[in-house]
Formats: sequence, C-alpha cells, structure tokens
Amino acid sequence: MSTTSSESLKSNGAFLGRRIARADGVAKVTGRADYALEHDLADIVHAVIVESIVPSGRIGKIDLAAAQTIPGVLRILTHADALPLKSCPMVPAGSVMESFLPLQDDRIRYNGQPIALVVADSFDHAIEAAGGVRVDYQAEPAVADIDDPTARPIDVPGAPSSGMGRGDAKGALAAAAVRMEATYTTPREYSCPMEPLGTIAAWGTDGDLTVWMPSQWAEGARRAFSEWFAIPMEKVRVISPFVGGGFGVKVTAHADALLAAMAAREMRRPVKLALSRPQNFTGNGLRPAIRQNLTLGASEDGKLQVIIHENTSETSVDDDYVEGGAATARVMYAVPNLSSSQKLVRVNSFTPSWKRAPGEAIGAYALESAMDELAYKLKLDPIELRLRNYASQDPESAKPWSTRRLREAYDAGARAFGWERRSPEPRSMRDGHELIGWGMAGGAFPNVHTPGEARVTIAADGSVDVASSGADIGGGTYTILAQTAADALGVPFEQVRVRLGDTSLPRAPVAGVSQIANLLTGAVDKTARAAREELLTLASSHAGSPFKAKRANDFTIKDGKIAPTDGSAEAVMISEFMRMVGRDRIEVTRNTMPADKASSESEQRDAYDSFKYMGPSSATHATYAWCAQFVEVRVDEDYGTVRVRRMVGAFDCGRLYNPKLAESQWKGGMIMGMGEALLEAIHIDRRYARITNNNLAEYVVPVNADVPDIEVISVGEPDFHASALGGKTVGEIGVVGAAAAIANAVFHATGKRVRDLPITMEKLM
Amino acid sequence: MNNFEYVRATAIPDALRAVADQAGSRFLAGGTTMVDLMKCGVEVPSALIDITRLPGLDTIEAGPASVRIGALSRMSDVADHPTIRKEFPVLSESLWRGASAQLRNMATIGGNLMQRTRCSYFREPGVYSACNKRNPGSGCAALEGVNRGHAVLGTSPSCIATNPGDFAVALVAFDAAVYVENGKPRRIPIDDFFTLPGDTPDVEHPLSPGELIVAVEIPTSPALRRSHYLKVRDRESYEFAVASAAVGLELEADGRTIRDVRVALGGIATRPWRARTVEAALVGRTFDEPTVRAASRLATEGAVDHGEDRFKIDLAPRVVARALLTVGGTS
Ligand SMILES: Cc1cc2nc3c(=O)[nH]c(=O)nc-3n(C[C@H](O)[C@H](O)[C@H](O)COP(=O)(O)OP(=O)(O)OC[C@H]3O[C@@H](n4cnc5c(N)ncnc54)[C@H](O)[C@@H]3O)c2cc1C
Ligand code: SF4
Repeated sequence: MSTTSSESLKSNGAFLGRRIARADGVAKVTGRADYALEHDLADIVHAVIVESIVPSGRIGKIDLAAAQTIPGVLRILTHADALPLKSCPMVPAGSVMESFLPLQDDRIRYNGQPIALVVADSFDHAIEAAGGVRVDYQAEPAVADIDDPTARPIDVPGAPSSGMGRGDAKGALAAAAVRMEATYTTPREYSCPMEPLGTIAAWGTDGDLTVWMPSQWAEGARRAFSEWFAIPMEKVRVISPFVGGGFGVKVTAHADALLAAMAAREMRRPVKLALSRPQNFTGNGLRPAIRQNLTLGASEDGKLQVIIHENTSETSVDDDYVEGGAATARVMYAVPNLSSSQKLVRVNSFTPSWKRAPGEAIGAYALESAMDELAYKLKLDPIELRLRNYASQDPESAKPWSTRRLREAYDAGARAFGWERRSPEPRSMRDGHELIGWGMAGGAFPNVHTPGEARVTIAADGSVDVASSGADIGGGTYTILAQTAADALGVPFEQVRVRLGDTSLPRAPVAGVSQIANLLTGAVDKTARAAREELLTLASSHAGSPFKAKRANDFTIKDGKIAPTDGSAEAVMISEFMRMVGRDRIEVTRNTMPADKASSESEQRDAYDSFKYMGPSSATHATYAWCAQFVEVRVDEDYGTVRVRRMVGAFDCGRLYNPKLAESQWKGGMIMGMGEALLEAIHIDRRYARITNNNLAEYVVPVNADVPDIEVISVGEPDFHASALGGKTVGEIGVVGAAAAIANAVFHATGKRVRDLPITMEKLM
Repeated sequence: MNNFEYVRATAIPDALRAVADQAGSRFLAGGTTMVDLMKCGVEVPSALIDITRLPGLDTIEAGPASVRIGALSRMSDVADHPTIRKEFPVLSESLWRGASAQLRNMATIGGNLMQRTRCSYFREPGVYSACNKRNPGSGCAALEGVNRGHAVLGTSPSCIATNPGDFAVALVAFDAAVYVENGKPRRIPIDDFFTLPGDTPDVEHPLSPGELIVAVEIPTSPALRRSHYLKVRDRESYEFAVASAAVGLELEADGRTIRDVRVALGGIATRPWRARTVEAALVGRTFDEPTVRAASRLATEGAVDHGEDRFKIDLAPRVVARALLTVGGTS
C-alpha cells in the first residue's frame, strides 16, 4: 500500500483528507509518551490484588498473619475492613460496566474475583505478601460456562421474551421455498491490549482525587469515582493522555481503579496498582461465549423472505450484559420478515463487556456465514445473492440511507481481489499440499453521535492549542484534531498542539462505538471557527489592526497569516497581529449540544458522562458504515492449519479525515477478525470455572507472520448526515465480516463448514 | 516473587560451589524460563547463581566429526551460525522456529534443555494444588482438565505434561550428548538426559543438584546434513509446537534405498521422542511416499489421549511424513 509520509506539511489548507503520519507517533516509539503507570509520584506505595481461586461461595476466614510478616507490608484490606462504596448506575443496566464492587461482602461470584488488597512499600513486597494470604473458602456449585450441564437459558430481565421483529417471520418461513438453518458458536474472547490495566490514585489534603489510568472515557471514569466514593465530580480528575490499546476493556473503570483509589484513601498516600497479565484475563471485560441460531428463508431465485435470529449469550451472576448479534441482520438485506430473540445464561464469571464491534462482529460472522451457506444451496455466487437482496433503504426503519456505497464496495473489493477467477466448487483450487479457498462477506456498523466540547486557544506566538478530555486510543485523535483546527483556522498543521485525555480539559463522551473522531472533529471545527471569527472581528474593528476592511468576511487566513481577501494590504502573521491588537491570547470553548440544551449544565453532564445522548447521527436518515471483505486462505490438507494469504477490504466510511490512519484502523480490525476466526478462545476449566490460558503465550492472537498483505479500499463519499465534517464511523467496521469471510473461504477450500470459532486444525483434520 | 540472593559467578568452580553451598539455589542463564517461573511462583529460589559471565562456555565448534555447542551459546547465535545453517539444517531450524527473536537473543542452549512444561496447571501453583510435577503426590489437574497441549506419548497416570522444547527434538534424533560438570566432567547420552514421568514427574533429568551443563555435542552424519525440522502450530510464529518432527535421511548410492533415517517428535510427548519404530520400518526400504506414510503411522503407536489432545495422534504421523518427504525431495 502506498504511503506518503514524506509529503510536505507546510503548504496551506486542507490538511484534512491527507495522509499525515500520526502526531503522537514519534513520542510513542521513542518512549516519551507517558502512559498512566509510568507516572512518578513521591511517596508512592504499591498495591496487589489477591484473587479468589474458587468460582462461587463465601469467603471464610482470611489469615493474614504470614503475609503481614513480609517486610514492607503496610496494610492488607479485605471485605472485613474495606471502605463501603456506593454503586455507580452510570450506564443502562448490563451494558459495558459491571455493577460488582470489590471487597464489599463475603460473596464469591467468580474465580479471579478480588478478595483482598495488599499494600506495601514496593511492588515486590506486595506480590510476595499477596502470595502469603491464606483464605478459607466455603465453595458452592458454579456454572462454569454456556455449555455447563447446569447452565440454564433465561429471558433477558425487562425485555420481551418474544423478541423483536418485523412482518410475520413464522408465516414467511413456512412459505419459503428454500430454508437454511444453522447454529454458530463463538467462544469467550479477550481484547488483549498491549498496555495492561492499572491505576495510580492520589488524594489531596482537600479531598481531591487524582487518577492516572488508561481510559477510553476519562469523563466516565470520573463519574464512576464520584459515585463510588460519594464525592462531587469536581473533586475528581482523571488523567489518561495515552492509551495502549483499549478495544472496549478500557471503556469504563474497573476494580483495579476502584481499589487503587480506595487504598490511596486508606493510606493517605498515592497508590499504584498494576494488574499482572493473568489478572487482566481473569478479571476484566471479556466478550461472552455466544450461540447464534440463524434461520433464513428465501425464494427459489434467492430473494430473502425471512431471517430468524436467536441468540444465547453468557452474562454474570450480577448483571444482564447482552451481546445481541441481530443488529446487522436487521439492516443488511431487504428482507420483509424478521424476528430476533435473546436469551442469557448466568455463569460464574465477571460481567462481560465490549470487545471491538460488540454485537456486530459476532452477528456478521453468523449472518454472513449463513448467507454463504444459502448461496451454495441456491447455486448462486455469494455476491450475486447479496445483490439480489440489496436494501435500497433501511428495511428496519424505512428511512433512506444517508449514504450506502455497499454495491461499490462489493465491486471494488471483487475487482481488486480477482473474484471473477474463483471456481465456486469447494476443494477445486489447490497448490501442492494446500487447499485454496476464496471467501467474502459484508458488514455494517451503526454511525452514532454524542455531543462533545472543545477549547481552542490562539496564543500570542500564533500557535494553537486544542483541548478535550476525549481519548486517543491509538486511532489518531491527536492527529485529526490538529488537522481540523489547522484547516478551520488557516494555520500550518505543526502550529497546532492537541491535548487530550484529562478531565481538567473540556468534556467529551466515550471513545467507543467508533464515534470519537466524528464528534470531536465536529466540536473542534465549530470551536476553531468561532476563534477565527473572534480573530477576524479584531482585524476588522480593533483600533490597533493594520487593516481597513470592516467585515470579518473580507479576510483570509492562510499559512498562519491574516490578509484582506482583496489583496489591499500585506499579510500579517497571527503573532504579529496579536501584538498589534494587544492580545496575549484568544480562547474559545464551544460544544455541539442540541441548541435547546446547550446552556444546561446537567444536560451537558449527561451527554459526557452517560449514554443518554448517544444515538443515531441523523433523525431523517439511517447512517451506517459498510464494508465488503475478501479473503484467500490456504488450508494444509494434512494438518488442517489455516493461513490467510490475502485480504481485501472495501469500506464505505464516508469522508476520510486522514486515509493513512483510517486504513490502519481497517487493517487492524481485519487482523483482529482473523484472530477471532482462527485463533482466539478463552479456555475454561469447568471444574474450577477458571480461565486457564490467562496469558499471551496461550491466548493466541495473530503475530506478524500470520498477517498477509492487506489491501484496503475506500469507496466512501462525504456524508453530512453522519457527521459535521462528512466522515462515518471507522474504528470497528474492519472487524465486521472478517471472520465470516475467512470461515467462508475455509469452506470453499475444504468443503467443510465449521460453525464454531475459532477454526483450529483439529476441526479440519 | 520472593526475595532471593543474586550471585554472579566468574569461574566454574565458584558457580558449582555457590549452588552446592546453599539449598534452594539455582543457576541463572538467560533467565527466560527461570524468571518467568519465578513470576508464576513455580520457582522460589533462595539464590540465583548467574552463570552468564563464566568464560569459555559460549563457543560453537562445527567440525567434520561433530558440532559442539557451549552451554552459554545463545539460541540466536547457534541458529545463525553459518556452518550450522548450511550443513546441519535441523539444528538451526529447530532453534529459530522456537520462541521469539527477543527470547532467542537472551536464551542459552543449556537453559533451553532445562525448560519446563507449559502445562497451565503446573504454572499456577497459587490456584491449582494438584500437580505431581510441582508437588509430588498431589495429583494431576490436567488429566481431566484443559489438555489440548498435553502429551499422548510417554505419559503416566501421574503426569501428562509435554516437554515443549524444539531444539531437544533435534538433539534426540541425532544422538547428541550432554556434557556436564560437577567437579569432574560427565557425558550423558541425550536419550538418558530426558526422563519419563513415571511415578516421579518432578524428576526430569539425571542431573544432581548443582550439576552444570557445559556443552552439547552432536555427531555429524550424512543424515544430519540432509535434515529438517518441521513445526506445526496454530499460528505461524511465536508458539510452541502442536506437533513437530526432526528428521534426517541418508540414501544408498542408488539414490532410492534408505540407508539411515532419523525421526524424533516434539509437542506430543513427555520428553523429546525418538521414533525408532518409524526408522526401523524405513531402513533398507525404497524411499517413496506410500512407504513413508505407512511407516510414519507407527510414530504414535501406543499413544494415549486425554480428550482434547486426541487429534495429535493423527496429526503427528502426518507431520513426520511431510518432514521426511521434504528432505527426500518428494514434497
Ligand atoms: C514466551 C516464551 C515462548 C517460548 N517459546 C519456545 C518455543 O517455541 N520453543 C522452544 O524450544 N522454547 C521456547 N521457549 C523456551 C525458551 O527456549 C527457554 O526459556 C530458554 O531456552 C531457556 O534458556 P535460558 O538461558 O533463558 O534459561 P534460564 O531461564 O536462565 O534457565 C532455565 C533453567 O535451566 C537451568 N540452567 C540454565 N543453564 C544451565 C546450565 N548451563 N546447566 C544447568 N542448568 C542450567 C536454570 O537453573 C533454570 O532452571 C519459550 C519461552 C518463552 C518465555
Ligand atoms: S500434567 Fe504434569 S505438570 Fe500438568 S498438572 Fe499434571 S502433573 Fe502437573
């Protein structure tokens, strides 16, 4: 793939849309980017979590005697003496954030649950002492996983047991000429960010709490601390300038953050709590194991009549986390009858949470596999089947699409891949010992929007500061916001500094559901334009201004210089102009709240620290990003090992603010999809209801050698129903459809339909 | 991790004495196994005797009769050694297909032979009390647990843990010897160096406490010159073998009849596993695919599975066959 990082950035204008290398890249690769746990504080002490090793029951006696003899141990907290906490009902019940609060009672809900916290003068002393804590358990029977013989599917509390739908699914199925029914299963998966979870917390003498933690949502974490400890939001500051990968597990604050803050309060000293890699697995945000039963009914000529989607997924003892998979089925095809239903299975696990493209990743895997199966049944090319069912409007809401260039994605992807050379028969292509398979799948991801806030400051030296508490989780927020401000103000890209991930800055909602790029470019654009207007008002009206033009509209700012558009005077550097008008700065803060709510502080809070304002980006149109993915796999006929040799993804994500960054997101997503298709699965020992592969040697994700050349193609066009600047959601769509395309390619290669991910060798041997 | 003493040894006698003098002390080479197991709580040494500064133990001599590799040679140095790469491919291949580049740059050949199993139950002593290898007599949690990675050959009711090493598979196939020091030098044939679990899975080697590996020696042979290491795993790199084979082949002057053949298996046995029955079935026979495939099936004769690891009984013979066909030039 071509990159153009050497492109000069000095030229003016239109930085948006260019392939600019990430602004934080050099700091990251040279170790100068300060990640949360690298922060140094005087007087800091270290906390280590002791975890339960049984999955269910009660904590009996905890014997601390041996642990307390370890030198340097300062305190060991258990449920007997830990600070009582308030719950944080931050987000709708069961979504994203667990309700579990550690060390509040003697009940054990899962194997790996924090049951004590050792605080010591050093990390090593704390670890040593943690190993010396002796716990008696009163173990009770546990439900280990979705396949446990004692697991019992239940309706989702509060939801209709019949599910949702349109038309008459039952009738349509009975009448359908061709039917396809299959069950697709996916295991528990973990998002495995390189940077493990961990927290540094410090309380000030005035009761202020400062927290350094990796967070996709500093405002959300701030709210959580405020609720847990019953202190005002203003008293909490969360600092998270860099996030070493989140993929969902850093959307909300978890037990590590809470325990660090609790210990810091007890100790009256800053506390650092770093989770070990195994603790990252045994205590935080896994995608649950899911069974999707899919039934398709179609006419002889391949017109879908009905889709029935039945989902059963794991949740915890305490919460009703729902990872539904039907959302993609609802919008992907013009099918008049559809029903979807959802069941939950309570297992002794921590509450599942989001993993990149929650719902869509697994939903598209099932739907797009089923479409492939149907295509074979009908002897139709899989693209042809999809085109025969192309939805020209949203089949769910009957609203027009804002933009849907999915047909173009099928076309461009197929052309780049060479799809027309595919011989449709399974096992018909081979190279020596390798069976070759070509598969494809499509995907959709909803484009949601939440308001945001930004501050833009033009300094006396002409430099520009952009500030927001929003996160850069690696996607490139730093870079695109600098591009946005540079364009809006007419200054060079290098002149813009962006600060992020700190709740002392203007507020932003979660960097989740791939919304942050669109909502923050919108907020920064609006704010920067307001700052520009203030600058030009000075140019047209201030006594010190060298210009005669009397209207702000009569000026142009280019390359950081102000000039009258008609050329009647020399251009003046912004810094020089600031001196002339006697200003040391121009500072503007704006938000993108709906006009009638913009002035309400409580509404704004809800926007930034809850999901209340998160919703479709358009009232009149259905807005989604779309993709078509094409994959070549090679399956060794002796071993059953699958290797992906080529991937092509064609994406409609609207306007790309920075193609280089967007392409990286797509490719990263496709690679993650490859892991889900072929490698990743949490293993649970049912006797202990415990994760056995709680490390990166045994929880296998793709490594460089697994990743082939990946070609990504943008077929999008600006979509102003989707966002202020015309972009659609980018960050998660790459995962969506990747696993199905691979599974379909495996079928094409081998003639074997594996409906249980990951597709490991023993399933193909 | 618990407190321990750290001693840097500068001469072999010092190192031996340091270990002899203190119960619970251990040699530290590259640390990639040792420190890892200390973090897991499996190893709780009272002292670490750093042997990496001992002089003269990192030499590699690739002579006409044998290849001698000092115990402190790094995996990467051996893998990249020009003569070894060119003349004795299985030695290089079995090393560079192991671990990752960073680990191979740290890890030594002596430490490599002493690496421990990856059994999840072995590696979490704070959670699983039943592990005969860690704690003799406590039982074996893996027998009825998650055991896809476990062994189907050489197991006993007390332990089914796989020996995960790759290089040792090559050593076993080519009759290497391990040289050790404990005051006086001793030569241990590689077949005697790895013991079966039997009733004592905690014992993996015939080394007495404080005995130091100083070198391994591999006699050269025409089969070693026509050798190959094939490693099959879920992902393409940085993973232990699901099944692997080290093979070598020598044909008679007719270019068809097998004079010498070597086969050893990795990833599926409690020790690096020499498949002598496969070799015996091939020597003197004409080298062709049906013969090789039929003989390879003997590789897992007598194998016992534990559920999830069952597929390896079928997989391993296919790996052996492919490896042989590759060196034979018919694959
Ligand atoms: C993530 C990971 C992946 C890996 N993947 C693979 C793989 O795919 N294939 C593979 O083969 N290996 C793999 N390994 C294992 C690796 O090869 C070994 O850890 C390494 O070779 C050990 O060498 P070392 O010098 O670091 O030993 P150390 O860790 O220093 O020592 C290991 C043990 O050997 C003892 N010891 C060391 N030197 C001597 C000596 N000269 N005499 C007597 N005793 C000694 C030590 O006391 C200790 O008990 C992997 C390891 C890790 C951590
Ligand atoms: S297989 Fe061996 S190492 Fe694993 S638990 Fe059983 S006894 Fe321990």
